[in-house]
Amino acid sequence: MKLATMFQAGLPYLVLTGGLLVVMIGVAIKRTHAVAAVLTIVTLIATTLSHIVAYSALGDGAVQIDSMFKIDGVAYLFNILFLLAALVVAFLGSEFLNRRIRFKEEFYLLLLCATLGSLVLPAAVHFASLILGLEIVGISLYAMIAYPEKARPPLEAGLKYLVLSGVGSTALLFGMAMIYAGSGSMEFANSLPSDGSIEGQYFYLIGNAFFWSGIAFKLSLVPFHIWTPDVYHGAPSTVTAFLATVSKGAVFAVVLRYAIEGNVLDSGNVQFALSVIACVSMVIGNLLALLQTNLKRLLAYSSIAHMGYLLIALLIVESNSALGYETLILYLVGYFLMTLAAFGVVSVLSMNQEQELDSIDSVCGLLWRQPIAGAVLIVSAISLAGIPLTIGFFAKYYLFYAGIDGGMWTLIGALVVGSAIGIYYYLRIVFTAIKRPAEDAEAMTGLPWTGLGILAFLGLCMLVFGIYPTNLINLIQNVVQASGF
Amino acid sequence: MNVLVLILLLLGAGVVAWFSERVSTKLPNWIALITFVATTLWVLVIWFNGPDAAGLYASLRHEWIPRFGIELHLRVDALSLMLIGLTTFLGIIAVVSSWTETKTRHGFFQFNILWVMAGVVGVFSAFDLFLFFFFWEVMLIPMYFLIAIWGHEDKEYASMKFFLFTQISGLLMLVAIVALVWINYNISGTLTFDYFELKNANLDSATARLLMLGFFIAFITKLPSVPVHTWLPDAHTQAPTAGSVILAGILLKTGAYGIIRFVVPMFNEASQEFWIWGMSLGVVSILYGGYLAYSQTDFKRLVAYSSIAHMGFILVGVYSFSKLGTQGAIITMIAHGFSTAALFMMAGALQERLHTREMSKMGGLWVRAPRMGAVTMFFVVASVGMPGLGNFIGEFLVLIGAFQKSVVLTVFAAIGIVVAAVYGLSLMQRSFQGVPNPDVPKMHDFAFREMSVMVLLMIALVWVGIYPQSLLQMTAPLLPGLLD
Repeated sequence: MKLATMFQAGLPYLVLTGGLLVVMIGVAIKRTHAVAAVLTIVTLIATTLSHIVAYSALGDGAVQIDSMFKIDGVAYLFNILFLLAALVVAFLGSEFLNRRIRFKEEFYLLLLCATLGSLVLPAAVHFASLILGLEIVGISLYAMIAYPEKARPPLEAGLKYLVLSGVGSTALLFGMAMIYAGSGSMEFANSLPSDGSIEGQYFYLIGNAFFWSGIAFKLSLVPFHIWTPDVYHGAPSTVTAFLATVSKGAVFAVVLRYAIEGNVLDSGNVQFALSVIACVSMVIGNLLALLQTNLKRLLAYSSIAHMGYLLIALLIVESNSALGYETLILYLVGYFLMTLAAFGVVSVLSMNQEQELDSIDSVCGLLWRQPIAGAVLIVSAISLAGIPLTIGFFAKYYLFYAGIDGGMWTLIGALVVGSAIGIYYYLRIVFTAIKRPAEDAEAMTGLPWTGLGILAFLGLCMLVFGIYPTNLINLIQNVVQASGF
Repeated sequence: MNVLVLILLLLGAGVVAWFSERVSTKLPNWIALITFVATTLWVLVIWFNGPDAAGLYASLRHEWIPRFGIELHLRVDALSLMLIGLTTFLGIIAVVSSWTETKTRHGFFQFNILWVMAGVVGVFSAFDLFLFFFFWEVMLIPMYFLIAIWGHEDKEYASMKFFLFTQISGLLMLVAIVALVWINYNISGTLTFDYFELKNANLDSATARLLMLGFFIAFITKLPSVPVHTWLPDAHTQAPTAGSVILAGILLKTGAYGIIRFVVPMFNEASQEFWIWGMSLGVVSILYGGYLAYSQTDFKRLVAYSSIAHMGFILVGVYSFSKLGTQGAIITMIAHGFSTAALFMMAGALQERLHTREMSKMGGLWVRAPRMGAVTMFFVVASVGMPGLGNFIGEFLVLIGAFQKSVVLTVFAAIGIVVAAVYGLSLMQRSFQGVPNPDVPKMHDFAFREMSVMVLLMIALVWVGIYPQSLLQMTAPLLPGLLD
């Protein structure tokens, strides 16, 4: 591979790293919130656009950089998705930081850093690059979660995430070591035991058990989900939005790559374990969400269920890897839109408040008190429930299609049960939002227009893709095919 | 006519009505009324123009999501046209019946009514299974809003129950649809959601049976039939009048339509084997629904339970697998739409005047409001099955059709007509006849607005009752396609 091609294909990473350095030096010279915000947004947009230039370097297939990275169209698609999500978070974050007195600029550094880490993951084909990306995201997030330094819940959440995510990484590393002991290679593609058979290879099996436990920690799948509601609740909503979308999507992108390149699912044990984890995540996530009275905790449990749904996309790659990628990307687009919108609403509403307005009661009558935020919250709840006219329906349709294509009837059953339970609490959000507001409830005025504008944009995207997803589906299908799956 | 234009017109009028609220609170009502009158006239014009050579009144086929072979495929044949006509006509009734009932958010109210109707028109004309499911779900949300925002005291429970029942059964149907498409793809190599292609899919009988059940459960939940009927009384009782009119008049018919259009033709063999279950469920619904209706003390709840009984006749008719039975079921759909809409409107009118639905607090109302009494009498005897009115024709044809299939079940279904007379007349006696209740406040009788729509409904019922041939002739050419 020519060096120039590699640089061209790696351009997004270079642009993002360059922008990150510029922001850092800028902050070091003079602290100006507006400058840092603008530089960050420009960096994110430039990185997104650089994919256009970089794409032509790919030619027909992929660009391999050393044995660490394999950059292909699918990785770019993930990158763009993560960058756009980071852009939304940057906009929402700038409003959230405007209300603070000091230490505003570091947030952007952390955000750019976390985004860089999440861009590493979709292209990783080596255990070293996997752990590299994962830790860049993780370490930036510890600081982002604990960002409002004086309040107790964020600190508690940050610490919890630090410790538990550390345990997860440890399990992951240990698993990698065991797999390496069996195969002698850290590359995904050569990670099967050296004599080729999986039967009776205990190093490989135990290694995978640890590996997937670590991954399940990061994806907050049952039974490794305990940290999720506390951390989601404690972190500022803007950060939660990032945590719930980009950090999850990036992990999914890399494990899908591992499952395809490493043929992990050839092992019936791994497949069975993942199916069980998927089923219990769907059911338990939804059941626990029923009991919540706090919007952020409710969304945390619902995200556990959604991660369980997404395992269907992972499990299908064994028989149909193209469909697995299509399902994963389309579902992530939908999931990103609706999760960003839901946490965005909480974040925008709390702009003028001392404490976040995150109980379900605080959105009572929201549609009448603040029509834009209310409508977006309703659309996102309906979309999370997977009801037509929203992107959530097509996302769910893809899951059904993939599940049936793979003959995974138990998972389909769990998906139906989980969605059925889910409707109940999503509708409760809708019902609360359309209620007649209490007599003493004040109309919500003085909310920032950028925040409301972003929310309206997310809501519109959910509806537009929910009615005419054709172009999106075609784009994803073409890119997946061009990447050789 | 391009049916897509009709749907878009309803959707567009909904948005306009919503925003027109800012100009005047009465304007949304007028916009909705004019839209429904115009669309009804439009449908009538199409009706009189007659079908083309293929028996179609309108059709449209366009790519939507080629990745999965999903098309925007809308077709209006005689059955669809009748039901679309019923939909737009009952739209007028719904708007007029709630003219003064809504006190808040008039614009959003009419928006929801127009959007439900748009979804229903889509359901009645979609010939792509994905599109059908899409519309099937689209009509749910505005209906949910109608109950949840403008409903009565227990609206949260009722709206949630309504939504959960239909949504969960809908998920089963979605699984069945996707599985059917995928199996057909594996056999024939084309990925398509087209009705006609899937109708000819070569399924083995075990698979066909399972898939048929997926559709069947979704449709009998909507119909509703025992044992999945429990959402209906709650939803009806709590819904605002317009909501009840739409729910009983049209939404229940989408379930019946689904069985006639999809379950029976697409899974013909499986359905034929299934006839005894279908008919028995119908008979149980007739008798149990009638029994429960009799024991109600709430005017609206009684009418709601009677709907379950009447919908039982549709199941009996369809699963008799005879031409007469199917035609009877179609006529019952139309006639029940008219008669129940009127009765729910009456329940709404009484509640608006008396602030109660309890029949124990009524009694002797005829003296105070003779026009209302006479109108109620007319529609009660219609729903009881008085010859000369539409319901009689439908139920009679159903019974003739069913008699050829199973004498025993037909006898039980016929007993249902006697039960209907019992609860129907007891409704009349407890509310309008007997000694006038001294606690009843002074109430005003029906005025021009309400009388005019009631007269329209009466004319419609008499027309179906006296000249059913006009409808039978239209549906006759469709029957071979629906029955085998």
